[in-house]
Amino acid sequence: MEAFTGKVWVLGDDIDTDIIIPTEYLALKTIDDMKQYGFSPLRPELAGQIEKGDIIVAGKNFGCGSSREQAPEIIKALGISCVIAKSFARIFFRNSINNGLLLIEQPDLHDDIKEGDTITVKMNEHVDYNGKTYPIAALPENLMDIIQAGGLVKAMRKRNGLD
Amino acid sequence: MGNTVIEKIIRHNTGKDVKPGDIVTVNVDRVMIHDIFIPFVGDKFEEMGFTKLWDPDKVVLIYDHLVPASRVDDTRHFHKGDEFAKKYGMKNVHRSDGICHQLMTEAGYVKPGDVVFGTDSHTTTYGCVGAFSSGIGYTEMASILGTGTMWIKVPETIKVVIEGELPKNVMSKDIILRLIGDLGADGATYRALEFSGSTVENMTVASRMTIANMAIEAGAKCALFTPDEKTAEYCGIELNDYQKSLKGDEDAKYLCTITYRAEDFVPVMACPSQVDKIRDTSVLEGTPIDQVFIGSCTNGRLEDLQAAAEVLKGKKVADYVKLIVTPASRKIYLQASKMGILDTLAEAGAMITHPGCGLCCGRAGGILSDGERVVATNNRNFLGRMGTSKVEIYLASPKTAAACAVAGKIVTPEV
Repeated sequence: MEAFTGKVWVLGDDIDTDIIIPTEYLALKTIDDMKQYGFSPLRPELAGQIEKGDIIVAGKNFGCGSSREQAPEIIKALGISCVIAKSFARIFFRNSINNGLLLIEQPDLHDDIKEGDTITVKMNEHVDYNGKTYPIAALPENLMDIIQAGGLVKAMRKRNGLD
Repeated sequence: MGNTVIEKIIRHNTGKDVKPGDIVTVNVDRVMIHDIFIPFVGDKFEEMGFTKLWDPDKVVLIYDHLVPASRVDDTRHFHKGDEFAKKYGMKNVHRSDGICHQLMTEAGYVKPGDVVFGTDSHTTTYGCVGAFSSGIGYTEMASILGTGTMWIKVPETIKVVIEGELPKNVMSKDIILRLIGDLGADGATYRALEFSGSTVENMTVASRMTIANMAIEAGAKCALFTPDEKTAEYCGIELNDYQKSLKGDEDAKYLCTITYRAEDFVPVMACPSQVDKIRDTSVLEGTPIDQVFIGSCTNGRLEDLQAAAEVLKGKKVADYVKLIVTPASRKIYLQASKMGILDTLAEAGAMITHPGCGLCCGRAGGILSDGERVVATNNRNFLGRMGTSKVEIYLASPKTAAACAVAGKIVTPEV
């Protein structure tokens, strides 16, 4: 099974979509134009510090708030490989799956983790940190199908006989 | 075993006997797309390889977040929307009629028992007429436009029962704020909320709308009210047998039941910067404020403006306080105008703006700056939502907001 390692940025509970990308930037033309403003109300410097392959570890209800799909798209565009949180808000969860941003629910890691530390994710099995193993669940089959197709756009292209 | 309202709607839609946790594909009765996301929906739709809409009459496009435009790039969204509507034969386009969630029921696009999705989280609003409605992103919207279907997980239901008569200074906004405080901002995530009891039965559809609108602030997938005679009148229909059946069965299985006595409610506020940080207004009294906002899809309806006008009649907005009033739709604007409500508000010193989302979503029409404090009737007090991240937003009912505007500080409304 696939495994990957990354440096961790730690965020709190209820990180809402207005924090991930404020409404005032939503009319910018592209995700690349918007991504520099990611998390700006909370941590204006963060978007510039995130490097490809980094991981966000957050508390409960990550992604609560609006339906803006730019939220997961920006996180992905910043190079984040996955978000591990105690729980995710419903619309954000669907939007992430549809855009191929990996989300993992894990109840305990956030309480133990320190920002800047490194963790290893073994897909559908567990997260390893500081000599400890944190179990994670496998995704339901219908969601894995969308992810395996490479997101909902690709799944629909296949349905429409394009790919 | 009996069914909850959401189970009945999904069963009727799919023809399958469903239980919470089942993943099913529903046939969509109506969708709503607003101006912020139409360019993205259009691009994804074509990228997916679709060449026609599954049913152009079932698609509604509403310009509200960017109306009127406040930045030079905003009108691009209208042009993209107009092009898309023309290319695919859409007739249901509203270019300046009001806020999407107000228009969807007001203009008759949503009926009791329908399954509706929109590209906005407050799509839960249409539960006020007993429709299953929920917010989704633009990629999923693009796939619905092509297929007319969407997968969902049948949610568990939290039953909320409210019995009795509300105190005079309490509005339905105070009920939903209290409930969000009790559940927490994630307390209903993935779940349906179902409302019943004599207080709910006696409530106007407009008041139910406020509650359904904010259900998402507790994470809920949808919020459902049983359609009744008021619903039928509001929707301009006679309820059919299916619509009449949309009440929770006695032996339905609920995740839990929360019961309130209406008499116990008091005016409350959601304090900065969490929607579930609910405090009695009485403990916040005396806090100075810079601005008051009465409007939005949560509280910009006729009864809300009327409640504010009753408080403001013959009085003046306090010095240094800006009062901004935004009716939720053009229809409401005109009604309020004919009834003299707008005169009363203007005479008190209110700035009355065109219907739209501008201030609530922090784009236009009253943006605040560092250190300022606002009492607002909309649905979110997130960090940076209505200006900079150092603005403090207190969410309240229109009555409370109007009373605060007169006092220039937080006060509890008397009636």
